[in-house]
Amino acid sequence: MTDWAGRMAGDAPPRALPLLAALLAALLVLPAIVDSYVLSIAILVLYFAYVGQAWNIMMGFAGQLSLGHSLYVGLGAYASAVLFVHHGVAPWIGAFAAIGAAIAAAAIIGALAFRFGIAGVYFALLTIAFAEFTRIGFDHFPWIGGSGGLFLPVARHGESEFWMLRGPPVMFYYVILSMAAMAFAMCRLLMVGRIGYYWRALREDEDAARALGIDIFRYKMLAILISSAMTAPAGVFFAFYYNTLFPEQIFSMLRSIELILGPIIGGLGTLFGPILGAFVLTVLAEVLNEVLAALGWEIPGARQVFYGLCLLVVVMYLPEGIWPALARRLGLERRR
Amino acid sequence: MPLDLVLNVAIGGVLTGLVYGLMALGLSVIFGVVRIVNFAHGEMMTVAMYAAVMAFAHWQLDPFAVLLPVAAGLFLFGYGLQTSLINPFITRPEHSQFMLLVAIAIVTVNGLLMAFGPNARTVLVPYALDSIELGPLLVDKVRLYAAGTALAIAAGLFAFFRYARLGAAIRAAADNHTGALVVGLNVKRLYAATFGLGSACVGAAGCLMAVLIDVTPTLGPVYTLLAFVIVIVGGLGSMMGALVGGVLIGLSEALAGLVLVPSAKSMVTFALLILVLLLRPQGLFGRRA
Repeated sequence: MTDWAGRMAGDAPPRALPLLAALLAALLVLPAIVDSYVLSIAILVLYFAYVGQAWNIMMGFAGQLSLGHSLYVGLGAYASAVLFVHHGVAPWIGAFAAIGAAIAAAAIIGALAFRFGIAGVYFALLTIAFAEFTRIGFDHFPWIGGSGGLFLPVARHGESEFWMLRGPPVMFYYVILSMAAMAFAMCRLLMVGRIGYYWRALREDEDAARALGIDIFRYKMLAILISSAMTAPAGVFFAFYYNTLFPEQIFSMLRSIELILGPIIGGLGTLFGPILGAFVLTVLAEVLNEVLAALGWEIPGARQVFYGLCLLVVVMYLPEGIWPALARRLGLERRR
Repeated sequence: MPLDLVLNVAIGGVLTGLVYGLMALGLSVIFGVVRIVNFAHGEMMTVAMYAAVMAFAHWQLDPFAVLLPVAAGLFLFGYGLQTSLINPFITRPEHSQFMLLVAIAIVTVNGLLMAFGPNARTVLVPYALDSIELGPLLVDKVRLYAAGTALAIAAGLFAFFRYARLGAAIRAAADNHTGALVVGLNVKRLYAATFGLGSACVGAAGCLMAVLIDVTPTLGPVYTLLAFVIVIVGGLGSMMGALVGGVLIGLSEALAGLVLVPSAKSMVTFALLILVLLLRPQGLFGRRA
């Protein structure tokens, strides 16, 4: 255990640890300070930070562009929600089924794609195809609600049952906060471990990595399996937080794109990138909402146009994402 | 199931598929030369569809009549896009290019949503419901005209790349980037012209699609995805492949709509894509890299 802790702190810049502790402390006391509106935004930020972290393992660490991560979110959400609605199984147990379902799907996709050497754009398209295929399949599957949706019974007022995840937003806030914190720790562990170096080696140059004796197929498989397993609990959270599931929404390609924007804007392959990206994008979207509402420009689409323009600016002028630039400013560069 | 029904549906599918093929041809040409995957392809088609819808609504102009001006407009749009935004991204990694085009796609879809609202619009040309009888078979007139036009434009593009000097120069830039620079070709201009040509294809396809389906701003992502599926099935970068892939997808969609519930028809499309990716990842007409 101490070895783990030592390795995790390992080469972190000296100023990083106190800053991280301060951030965690601020997040822990946040619900006591802010109103319910800010809390709901904070939940959204942490949700995107979590899924972004999970996706980052595949793209940021191992260099495999997945544009179909909504598949794992959706499978996780449906697996746990169906068990809950039809059999009364608690989400904490259902999460195992969720992870199992996501891993099974990832194993199929990974085995097929990596065995046949499908990479780059082709791999991205294969992941989209599987997600779309599943979306349309779920649309025609009446036992789980089909295109009409699956609805979880809403908690009665004042009821708070942690075991069944029925309760007030504050409860969900702490759940997603602990999930995001665990994902961060897990990514850090993976990054400093042997596997992290293997992943980055094959991301930079697959042939060179193979020449060094790295089993490419095996490490790509590990990337997709770990990433999907981490993504599935986000689906469980989504199902129990929003209480409604539509295949059209949860499996849609827009969801997949939404969840990868954070890590790309924040900084691909970094630990803080997904968190920072989730924060910037979610807050930006909310601020735009407020500003447009105040100006009376509530035309459908106006918010997304500004959102797209902001994205365009970031992609053009900060190709590495925001975090690397910010880290240099804060003196948080890695020690050499 | 009666045979003539199946045949009628199959003919409709093939004809629609040719229009799909023209749309995908644009994507394929752009990728084949510029090596950029245009993730805003369907969105650009939607822009052309709205141009056709507006011309019809305001001046009662037939979409076939405005096809050339709209294609020319899209050419300029594509040319401008390549010179202003995309050229600096040519050497950037794939995900960075992807983000750029996704941003363009988001702005386009929602710009259309702001301008035209979410409701579907239709172009009802006077001959929209006419059909031609061939024995027991009924062929929709609009579908036949649209497919014929798509085929003619595709043939023109083939001829351009085969015989025109500019076409040969573009092929040279695609085959050997450095070599093209060495012999003094202005590769950036050629790339812009290619992006323009690809956009013109999708612009023409948009005018043709406008008479076949209802137009909404949210069609963009659906058709981007469809164009991808077609070029992957046909072979990314292969012009013939895009056309054949379009026909194949159009046909399988139509038949699947007949056999399964219509809303499940794209499942067959994606199943086909998964199969092709696994068995022949370079596509039906692609060369192995």
